[in-house]
Amino acid sequence: MSSANTSAASQGLANRFNLQQYVVYLGFLAIFLFFAVVLKDSGFLTVRNLSNIVLQTAPATIMAIGLVFVMSAGEIDLSIGSTVAVAALAAAVTLGHYGLVAGVLAGLGAGLLIGLLNGALVAYVKLPSFLVTLATLGLFAGVSRSMTDLRSIPVTDSVFTGFFGSGVFLGIPSLIWWTAIAVAIGHIIYRETRFGAHVLATGDNARAASVSGISVPRIRLAVMAISGGLAGLAGLLYAGRLQAAKYTLGETDLMTVIAAVIVGGTLLNGGRGSIIGALVGSLMMGMLNNGLILMGLSVSDQMIVRGLIILAAVAVSLREKSR
Amino acid sequence: MNTTEANAPVLKLQDIHKMFSGITAIENFSLEVYPGEIVALVGDNGAGKSTLIKIISGVHSPTSGSISIEGETVTMSNATMARSHGIEVVYQDLALADQQSVYMNMFLGREPVNGLGLLDRRRMIAETENLVKELDVRIPSAHATIRDLSGGQRQGVAIARATHWASKLILLDEPTAALGVAETAKVEEIVLSLKRRNIGVLIISHSLDQVFKLSDRICVLRRGKQIGVRETAKTDKNEIIAMITGLQQQ
Ligand SMILES: Nc1ncnc2c1ncn2[C@@H]1O[C@H](COP(=O)(O)OP(=O)(O)OP(=O)(O)O)[C@@H](O)[C@H]1O
Ligand SMILES: [Mg+2]
Repeated sequence: MSSANTSAASQGLANRFNLQQYVVYLGFLAIFLFFAVVLKDSGFLTVRNLSNIVLQTAPATIMAIGLVFVMSAGEIDLSIGSTVAVAALAAAVTLGHYGLVAGVLAGLGAGLLIGLLNGALVAYVKLPSFLVTLATLGLFAGVSRSMTDLRSIPVTDSVFTGFFGSGVFLGIPSLIWWTAIAVAIGHIIYRETRFGAHVLATGDNARAASVSGISVPRIRLAVMAISGGLAGLAGLLYAGRLQAAKYTLGETDLMTVIAAVIVGGTLLNGGRGSIIGALVGSLMMGMLNNGLILMGLSVSDQMIVRGLIILAAVAVSLREKSR
Repeated sequence: MNTTEANAPVLKLQDIHKMFSGITAIENFSLEVYPGEIVALVGDNGAGKSTLIKIISGVHSPTSGSISIEGETVTMSNATMARSHGIEVVYQDLALADQQSVYMNMFLGREPVNGLGLLDRRRMIAETENLVKELDVRIPSAHATIRDLSGGQRQGVAIARATHWASKLILLDEPTAALGVAETAKVEEIVLSLKRRNIGVLIISHSLDQVFKLSDRICVLRRGKQIGVRETAKTDKNEIIAMITGLQQQ
């Protein structure tokens, strides 16, 4: 009996090793090759278009990093969809009145505060994060609308727009720098620190984590705060790139970000995940957007096709994970 | 070793009461465990054995009563404190993080870091491999994921973890429940080696054969009440069964 168990176990190990880890890379490659062939005359493969994809996905990638931490701890953060707009508007308004540093701090601070609010409700009031962040998603969507009476706020500070948007440093666009730095730091914290290990343990088995001396509430608070703070940074990147802030920013990102994270190999129920996978997942979503536009699909058709492809991708990656 | 045994008990429970929302789970429980002594805790399902273990390890706090470690009264409000007193536990549900590796579980909550503050994986892996070899628990590798292990292997990991970190007292909640004959013998060997390390052991088991083989004393619990404590050498199975069930044996 014990030998049967062992062989079933090693078989399972082999299975998951082959598919689960690489599903996102295979999917990425498949979509890339498909568009490369179908759109070879529409400019999909130009350096300009490809680098555009990376630039456009920067905010989503940053949010995805936060969500990997949240989901690895067994929680979810739906509020990022409206945190982005609140942060961008807070930054834009403050920037106009009090200057660059205050603007940046206001944007990041707004995101962090929303994250801490979510986190406190989840960790200490012990409400389910799904319900908490569903409520704060709506709440802050309202806040972002009332902040400026639905008006768009221009961002004219060229240092800000350079740093968070269109700037170039050492020949590399600043949005790529932001993506690369956030992914690198996120990956190291996630994979190589005690905090990262405790996040995973909390999502995996909160009781085991707790009896092992890990403060589960503090981990829950921390992941929600990280997610809020990174959504705030995403708001700054939007404001920088578009040179304006508006309540609609980030509105459609929630589905994309969740899909990127799940396709990238992070379990919805916690305990396992990947920052690099989320990056690739996010690029894959961006490539999908870009390719469908170049194919000339109408906006409604784009939404339908994207929804179906995300459904397929998520189904494949979840099937691999839940044995 | 016998001289220290005569000294202070490593664990002393006095008049422990535990209520769960109005229901009494443990009443009037008092027990001492000396260094190098193996005490067995027996009783039917729901008698309160696991609850008692969780009170000692700091998962539950007692409604009243006192706990002392090496003569010093302690209040344990969480599991970290019990661990800092050198107490380790193998819980009935093992408390393993299923999707993490064996070595991460071995060091859960106590991961060593290098000078840069990053996880010292090499050290965790090396120490895990040593331990697995030393205790002869058959685990494919330190890298294996817990959920890919068999029930017995998982139990082996939980026991290896507890024996690695325990310095004074180890609490084992049915440590051989999922084990085959050879594995059970191995765990019993490990328990006896703890005795040689002068560590106190409180073991819960439903196997009276095992209890009589390992323990120095047997403590019987029935529906939260402490029925009695017997020296293993001076009692027999009939008496213990009678105490557990409350029925006289013929
Ligand atoms: N957290 C809790 N809340 C309420 N009641 C509890 C809790 N934990 C245990 N109990 C109750 O306390 C009693 C003792 O349970 P316990 O788990 O200690 O039994 P046990 O002796 O370990 O049994 P078994 O041999 O089946 O493991 C049971 O009636 C149980 O329902
Ligand atoms: Mg029990």
